[in-house]
Amino acid sequence: MNIIAVGLNHRTAPVELRERFAVSESRLPEALARLKRWPGIDEGVILSTCNRVELYAVVKETAHGVESPRDYLVTLAADISLEQLEPHLYCLDGAEAIRHLFRVAASLDSMVVGEPQILGQVKEAYDVALIHKATGVVLNKVMKKAISVGKRVRTETGIAEHAVSVSYAAVELAKKIFQNLSEKTVLLVGIGEMGKLAARHLIGAGVRHVMIANRNYERAIDLAKRFDALPVPFNQVHHEMAGADIVLCATASDTYVIGPDDVHRALRSRKNRPMFLIDISDPRNIDPAVGSLDNAYLYNIDDLQSQVVTNLEQRRLEALKAEDIVRGEVPPVVLWLKSLEVVPTIVALRRKADSILREEIDRILAKLGPLSPRQRELVEELATAITNKLLHSPLIALKAEADSSNGALFAETAQRLFDLEKELESIAKAQSSGQERG
Amino acid sequence: MNVLFFEVTLLFYFLGTTLFLVQLAGRWEGIWKLSFVVAGIGFVFHTLALVSRMIEGGHIPLTSMHEALSFFSWALVLFFLVVELRYRVHILGSFILPMAFVSLISAAALPKEIRVLEPIFRNVWMHVTLSLLGTVAFAVAFIAGLMYLIQEHMLKSKHLDGLYRKLPALDFLDELNGKAISFGFPLLTLGIITGALFAEFARGSFLNWNAEQIGALGTWLFYLIVLLGRVTVGWRAKKAAYLTVVGFAGVVFTLVGVILKGQHPFA
Repeated sequence: MNIIAVGLNHRTAPVELRERFAVSESRLPEALARLKRWPGIDEGVILSTCNRVELYAVVKETAHGVESPRDYLVTLAADISLEQLEPHLYCLDGAEAIRHLFRVAASLDSMVVGEPQILGQVKEAYDVALIHKATGVVLNKVMKKAISVGKRVRTETGIAEHAVSVSYAAVELAKKIFQNLSEKTVLLVGIGEMGKLAARHLIGAGVRHVMIANRNYERAIDLAKRFDALPVPFNQVHHEMAGADIVLCATASDTYVIGPDDVHRALRSRKNRPMFLIDISDPRNIDPAVGSLDNAYLYNIDDLQSQVVTNLEQRRLEALKAEDIVRGEVPPVVLWLKSLEVVPTIVALRRKADSILREEIDRILAKLGPLSPRQRELVEELATAITNKLLHSPLIALKAEADSSNGALFAETAQRLFDLEKELESIAKAQSSGQERG
Repeated sequence: MNVLFFEVTLLFYFLGTTLFLVQLAGRWEGIWKLSFVVAGIGFVFHTLALVSRMIEGGHIPLTSMHEALSFFSWALVLFFLVVELRYRVHILGSFILPMAFVSLISAAALPKEIRVLEPIFRNVWMHVTLSLLGTVAFAVAFIAGLMYLIQEHMLKSKHLDGLYRKLPALDFLDELNGKAISFGFPLLTLGIITGALFAEFARGSFLNWNAEQIGALGTWLFYLIVLLGRVTVGWRAKKAAYLTVVGFAGVVFTLVGVILKGQHPFA
């Protein structure tokens, strides 16, 4: 038994290729049903987002396990052969597959590291697979663990903190000047793309009052309708500024539109309530001298850009911490997976029985005092016979199920019933040290 | 008993202060809760210390500088706990707890014995409580002002990291500053009036122009101007922050003067 991850993502495949593999929500039940019937696969989860299409599968055979999930994945796109896909595909197994899943859930494998959607998408993919009974003992545990690792990374590191786009950086700044954006008014001067984007982000962050000014008043009226905003004639900008807490300036003018005197007047009539002025135009539209006025906070596109760079750098550092967390979470899962295999369970059960047998024989012989060799033999025979007969049926059942999809379930049940944790651990340790030496 | 409680409080406030200062430097999510709990436990012991002192002395424990500083520290921590529960401005603790601790350790350095009150001093607690609560409000205004100036500097210099991330929004701090002063000013006013009445009653004169009375009146006048300036001509934001920081320095100066000169019936 082994766990496999195969797929293609934003790094390995262009979007044209990823698109063709994407499994839409409506197609997912059919795809999962087919997956369940696919030979060699016991369990599976399909994760399909715009940045990746991945299949996590539990396969019977450890050695050649990669092939059947890979063959299945190829069938997700209509007319692509394995040869065409091969260079864009990654196939991971065992600890590597688990680590990959954890990294994905922790948003470490995302295009923008720390982006918040992926964890929800992993959860969704698992939920759908669970509903359609495509998962079993192994993936139920591993997927849940992946989700909890994703959560842990989000709360324990700053990976998802701080804006990494210019317009969101503007929103973050606005929140450090104004506690409650829903009571604040934004004045958008000029209707360039950047300006609109930043305004949209501010509205998303709670701003309710928006004024829009543009040289072409008609267009201001048009846009105002869409934003549910108030259009303002361009020559009124300086006057309306007094009522604006946030001024977003993004005109195509090549001279300053707003100067220190205008802002000074506005501040005076605002009784010095702070103003946040964002100049996202190139060349600049707000005289930099405005920045030296008390209670006026002027940021231009370069300031915001450099903040984004700082934040990205910070995320990169936080990502290192996240990688550590992921690395620490993998080995226990691998150990648990190993314990699910039937063969070690049988060995463990035998070992446990033998050690109990030895202990009890020694105890009783010590109590009985001097015995003849024949008598000793009989005592040992009796104990051995009872142990063997008792173990006979469970061992046969375990062996019979070893290769079926119920193997893991039987192994886990046997471990619980006979309390084999200690024995399994020593077997796993012996195995892994043997592997290292080999 | 009250001394034991007092010492336990001191220990917890020390721990709380340390934890809260650590948070200024680093990031460790869990530590906020821990610091809050430590401050909370400290506060419970502090309350026990005040109550047991009251029972042991048989009067409200606001009759010496030691008691006044201890009460001041208690009220500050109470304010922090309430605000923290309501608004979750963790970083406030990093400013308030050190102040409460310094105030409490100054109290520890002063004579701790419970005074036997002459009957004439029986009602002095009114004057002391009002003045102290006013001072607590000014301390809060001071802290809000200080935080404002730091955040303001961060935003102006475009150094958007470290404390910038932890400090709340400018207008929140300005509002806290304004509220604290409009709350503290009437308290101080009543404190001064009751003090004058008490002086009239005890010494036969409202005012005898000693240093701490001049200090108190100066403080009162200062905050009156700050308050009026805010309401009428928009002395808010940076200016208000500066004024309250400077103003509180004046308050501390007056208090230290009272302690050192020892003229007040208190010291």
